[in-house]
Amino acid sequence: MPGSLVARPKRFYLWTVLLLLTLSGVSIFVGVGTLVFSGLFTNPEALSLLLISRLPRTLAIILTGASLAVSGVIMQLLVRNRFVEPSTTGTSEAAMLGLLAVTLLAPQWSIFSKMLVASGASLLGIFGFLMLIRRLPPEQPLIIPLVGLIYAGILGAAATFVAYQTDLIQYLWIWITGEFSGVLAGRYELLWLAGALALLAYVAADQFTVAGLGREASLSLGLNYTQVLTLGVVTVALVASLVIVTVGMLPFIGLVVPNIVSRLMGDNLRESLPVVAGLGAGFVLVSDIIGRLVRYPYEIPASTVFGIVGAAIFLWMLLGRRSHA
Amino acid sequence: MIEIENLSHQIGGKPILSGIDLTLPTGGVTALIGPNGAGKSTLLKLISRHLSLQSGAVALDGVSLASIPADQLALKLATVSQEVGVASRLRIKDLVAFGRWPHTKGRPDKADHYVVDRTLQKFGLVDLQNRFLDEVSGGQRQRAFVAMAYAQDTDWLLLDEPLNNLDLVHARALMAELKRMALEDEKSIVIVLHDLNYAVAWADRIVGLRGGQLEMSGKVKTVATSEILSALYETKIEVEDTASGRRVWYYS
Ligand SMILES: Nc1ncnc2c1ncn2[C@@H]1O[C@H](COP(=O)(O)OP(=O)(O)O)[C@@H](O)[C@H]1O
Ligand SMILES: [Mg+2]
Repeated sequence: MPGSLVARPKRFYLWTVLLLLTLSGVSIFVGVGTLVFSGLFTNPEALSLLLISRLPRTLAIILTGASLAVSGVIMQLLVRNRFVEPSTTGTSEAAMLGLLAVTLLAPQWSIFSKMLVASGASLLGIFGFLMLIRRLPPEQPLIIPLVGLIYAGILGAAATFVAYQTDLIQYLWIWITGEFSGVLAGRYELLWLAGALALLAYVAADQFTVAGLGREASLSLGLNYTQVLTLGVVTVALVASLVIVTVGMLPFIGLVVPNIVSRLMGDNLRESLPVVAGLGAGFVLVSDIIGRLVRYPYEIPASTVFGIVGAAIFLWMLLGRRSHA
Repeated sequence: MIEIENLSHQIGGKPILSGIDLTLPTGGVTALIGPNGAGKSTLLKLISRHLSLQSGAVALDGVSLASIPADQLALKLATVSQEVGVASRLRIKDLVAFGRWPHTKGRPDKADHYVVDRTLQKFGLVDLQNRFLDEVSGGQRQRAFVAMAYAQDTDWLLLDEPLNNLDLVHARALMAELKRMALEDEKSIVIVLHDLNYAVAWADRIVGLRGGQLEMSGKVKTVATSEILSALYETKIEVEDTASGRRVWYYS
C-alpha cells in the first residue's frame, strides 16, 4: 500500500519481465531434440516435444525459482535476519527426513500424501529452529545462520544415516540434487501449488512487511502477529516440500535473490515481491540452461550449477556485509 | 483515561513491577521518569499489550484492555518502543505510511496520503522520505518511528525514550509538537524521559517509578521539587530559577 504515489518500481518490473521472456525462450528452444520456431506449425513432433517436455520443464523451473525466492524473503522478514532460507535452517533436511519416513513406512501412498508428510516434518523443523534461535542475541546477525547451518547439518546427517541403513541413499540423492531433466507433462504439476502459495504471499505482502518491523511494531499497528507468523511458516514449509518432492532441493536461491532485490528496492514486499519471484525464476533458468549446455548432450543439475555460484555469493555476502546486515 | 489497578509483573521469578495503582487522565503530556531499570518500559509494554498481563488490571476508558481486539486497540493507542529495529529496509515514507495501516488495512485513499505527507513535513522528514531506514542516522530513524505512530492518529500515544538519539533541536521540536498535539488535538501522551529538564519544562504531569514501585505521581507544579526528585533518583538534584523565569535542574 504505501508509496503507491511514486512509480519507482516500474523500471524493475520491466527488466524482470524482459529477462524472464528471453530466458524462457532460450530454455524452450535449447535441448537435445532440435526445436525451431517455424517447425512448430508444420511438424507435429516438434509441437508434442514442446508440449510434453520443453514447456513443462520451463514452467517447472519458473515455478520453482519464484516460489523458493518468495519463501526465502518471507523467512528473512519473519526471522529478521538476512541469512536464513529453508536450506540454512534445517527446513529442507526435516522435509527429507519426513519423506524418508513415509517412503519406509507407507511406500504405497500417493505423491501428494508424501508431500504432506514432508511438509509436516519441515514445519516441525522450522519450529525447532525458531525455538533454538529464540535466546540468541539479535545484535549478532551471523550467529543465527551459523546455528541454522549446524542444525541443518545434524538433521541432514540423521537423514543420511537412516537412508544408508535402509538402502535409500539413492532416493536421498535425488531429493538433494535439484534438477529438471526428468520433468515431463504430468510429473511436475504439484509445483503449481507452490506457485499458488507465492501468489498468496503476494496477497499478504503488507502483513509480511509489517511483521518484518518486529513483533512490537506489528502489535502496535494491530497486526495479528501470530497469524502472520503461522501463515509465513506454513508457506515456507509447503514450498520447500513441494519443490523437494518434484524436482529436489535447490539451495541458496531463497538467500541470494532476496538479498539482491533488497539492496535494489528495499523490503516493501508489495513492491519487491514480483521482482523477487521473477529474479528467482531467472536465476534457476540460467542455471538450468548452463547445465544443459556445458557438457552437451549430457546435463549437469541446475542445483549444482547454482550451488557453485550461490555459495560464492553467500560467502561474499557474509564477509562483505555492512553494519545493517 | 487509563486506569491501572494493583499491577504486578515478574520476569523469571524476579519482581519487575509491584502493586502499581495509577490513573492517567485523558489529555495532556505525562512524563514517566525514574532511574534505569525502574520498570518504565515494562509498564509501557503492559499498557500497550506487548507483554501480557500477569496480575492486576488495566482499563482504557472503563473497558478492560485485555478485552479489546488488537485491530481496535491500534485505532486508540500507538506505541513507539525504546529499541526500534533496523532489520528491514523500508523507505521512510513507506514506514510512515504504515502508520495508516490500522485505518486502511492496505487500501489508502487520498486522505491517508495527505496525512502521510503532512506527517513527513511535521517531523522534518521530507528530504529523507525516499531513504531506507538502514541508511539514516539513529536519531532520524527514531523520528521516523515516532512519525509513524503520529500518522496512526490515535487518542493515546505512548513513547519510550523517544529523545534518546535526538539532538537538542529535534528533541525540543518533538516535545513542542507533542505539547501542541495535547492542547490542540486533545491527544493523551505518555512519554518516558530521562532528562528531567525536558520533563519539567514540557509535561503536565509526572509519574516517577523506582525499583518497580510507584514513587510519585501528580501535576508538575506539585511534584517537581528538589526533595521529591532527589529521593526518586537517590541523587542530589538542585533547582534554580533563572533571570528569565525558567527553572533549571542540576544533577551533574
Ligand atoms: N526480558 C527480560 N528479562 C529479564 N529481566 C528483564 C527483562 N526485561 C526487563 N528486565 C528487568 O526489569 C527491570 C525493569 O526493566 P525496564 O522496564 O526496561 O526498566 P526501565 O525502562 O525503567 O529502564 C530491569 O531490572 C531489567 O533488568
Ligand atoms: Mg526503558
